[in-house]
Amino acid sequence: MAVATAARTITIAEALNESIRLEMRADPKIVIMGEDIAGGAQVEHLEDDEAWGGVMGVTKGLVHEFGRERVLDTPISEAAFIGAAVGAAATGLRPIAELMFCGFLGSCLDSLLNQGSKLRYMFGGKATVPVTIRTMIGGGFRAAAQHAQTLYPMFANIPGLKVVAPSNAADAKGLLTASIRDDDPVIFCEHITMYTLKGEVPGGEHIVPIGKAAVARPGSDVTLLGVSLTAVHALNAAETLAKEGIDAEVIDLRTVSPLDEETILESVKKTGRLVIVDEANPLCGLASHIAGVVASRGFHWLRAPVGMVTAPHSPVPFSPVLEDAYLPNPQKVVSAVKETCSKAS
Amino acid sequence: MNLSQYQLRSMYRTMVSIRTFEETVKQAFAKGHIPGFVHLYVGEEAIATGVCSALRPSDTITSTHRGHGHCIAKGCDMNSMMAEIYGKATGLCKGKGGSMHIADVGKGMLGANGIVGGGPPLACGAGLTSQVTGSGDVCACFFGDGACEQGTFHESANLAAIWNLPVIFVAENNGYAQSTPASYHCAIENIAERAASYGIPGAVVDGSDVFAVHEAAVEAVKRARAGQGPSLLECKTYRHHGHFEGDQQTYRMISTRAYPRARIPSGISGPWSPSTAGSPRRSWMPSTGRPGRPLKKHWPTPNPVPCPRWKRSPATSTSVTRS
Ligand SMILES: Cc1ncc(C[n+]2csc(CCOP(=O)(O)OP(=O)(O)O)c2C)c(N)n1
Ligand SMILES: [Mg+2]
Repeated sequence: MAVATAARTITIAEALNESIRLEMRADPKIVIMGEDIAGGAQVEHLEDDEAWGGVMGVTKGLVHEFGRERVLDTPISEAAFIGAAVGAAATGLRPIAELMFCGFLGSCLDSLLNQGSKLRYMFGGKATVPVTIRTMIGGGFRAAAQHAQTLYPMFANIPGLKVVAPSNAADAKGLLTASIRDDDPVIFCEHITMYTLKGEVPGGEHIVPIGKAAVARPGSDVTLLGVSLTAVHALNAAETLAKEGIDAEVIDLRTVSPLDEETILESVKKTGRLVIVDEANPLCGLASHIAGVVASRGFHWLRAPVGMVTAPHSPVPFSPVLEDAYLPNPQKVVSAVKETCSKAS
Repeated sequence: MNLSQYQLRSMYRTMVSIRTFEETVKQAFAKGHIPGFVHLYVGEEAIATGVCSALRPSDTITSTHRGHGHCIAKGCDMNSMMAEIYGKATGLCKGKGGSMHIADVGKGMLGANGIVGGGPPLACGAGLTSQVTGSGDVCACFFGDGACEQGTFHESANLAAIWNLPVIFVAENNGYAQSTPASYHCAIENIAERAASYGIPGAVVDGSDVFAVHEAAVEAVKRARAGQGPSLLECKTYRHHGHFEGDQQTYRMISTRAYPRARIPSGISGPWSPSTAGSPRRSWMPSTGRPGRPLKKHWPTPNPVPCPRWKRSPATSTSVTRS
């Protein structure tokens, strides 16, 4: 399959696929593995074709190009295959493993908590673990409590893991490429409702550095900070607020760990107000951590308390009515911004 | 096997209820009325029915993402189930769980489960509760062939064995985990053979034969209730529809795709009467040996139905074929 050399508009799923395809072409040490990432293993008529190409179709066509030696369907054994990806990474491969839903972290936690994240450190730097774990986060799909979680704070709480979560197609391609090339384990979070979101994506090689937030919209009155889908919510809210005379700056965090504190602080210095939008549960979470960073390093710039729009501290409900009430959305962001802007000097 | 007219009617009613319920869900889902994921139990009715009809109301079950059939067979109210699947406040779980998490603890139904392999450890817990309180209840743990590859299954089978827990592990081998054939994800043909490695009895039955399932389950339950520990019952079956609603099923070979439609679990269609009820079979339980640790020679001889329809094709070849 030819990959375009010029920029064009494609979906996030296509952008991810393109990144993996280009990297696999360039580096024979890359293998990909996961449940049904090709699908139909050993089904006669599907030898070099997939049945699924991943539940969300992200890895479609890869088995056709790279064969089943490099595109490995796995049994439902997350502990074994995520662990194997870590072990393969430590011994010379550069694997990309798919943990279908981030809630399945429960089934393979040791590989990430005690092995992958710690080998390099514990071995005194004598091993690297260049593994990328792609996983789905987020609600809105009516997938209920076990399949709709947003666990990047849990991953980020583990030193030795890098955690990224893109909000658009270009970043999806660029960050995935950077993740694959990174010599440390990277947890790559993909929002379940965003795969079909389209955007302009550069052709050929495209890299977005890990650990660098983006100012997605410059503004002067208030800083809105989001990541993954909440960065999109923040942008939408900023449009609404602009009509009401509030000029919001939007920061798309892009990487949760390591955290780009400088970009956040620079923006808060400029606007004096901060509203953080985060789909994860709030206790010991991303929003409270960033609020803590700003309180300790940028308190003197704040003209109002830091606003937070997060999920409540509860499992994700199934009922669409309840799930809609549970999730952050642009309206909730707009109200929070108005409250923040009405406070203090 | 001695089943009363009442039992036979009730088993028949359960199977038809499951089939009707699932086809109703299928239609509603196609119309866009049902949110989220739906996994249908059509084709596998005989397993839940055969096992749950061997249980008493205070016994418990753990279930899977494909849990509607288990719920119905354990006596959950179908209106409340349907309301749950629609996400309504009147649902069994107040709309908080949905299809993948229907539960009714009062009925001993410990929940459908979105985590493949989530059930077996819970089943051990239910077995422990029974053991400690002396209630005499048993727990039937349903899980798919795909779930057999989870560490939780292996660890739970061993734990149940060493603690002698009253648990019946029921593997529903429908030949696929999503689009992945069991012949790929599992290195052996019969999951039940693993029982030997845990030192517990294991058997393979035809999961489309409700009487075969029931008979084997009755024995396993009897053994568990008598304090003789867990057993592993593998039911060979077939799911008629896709993994979930919307699955294109390109991984199914033409021949096998056509096949299951004709293969309806006994009791649901075709001539069926109490007289066609299966004839008594030899026990699959070991008659000697330490409780919970049958001697090796008992495997695999006491194996009532080797399920001739299922054959593993020669090495390296593809998926499951049928003769
Ligand atoms: C821990 C975990 N891994 C993966 C999945 C995704 N998943 C849901 S159902 C399924 C296949 C299950 O196959 P099997 O156990 O054979 O049950 P069946 O669907 O055939 O009834 C998979 C991989 C999951 N829900 N949980
Ligand atoms: Mg299966």
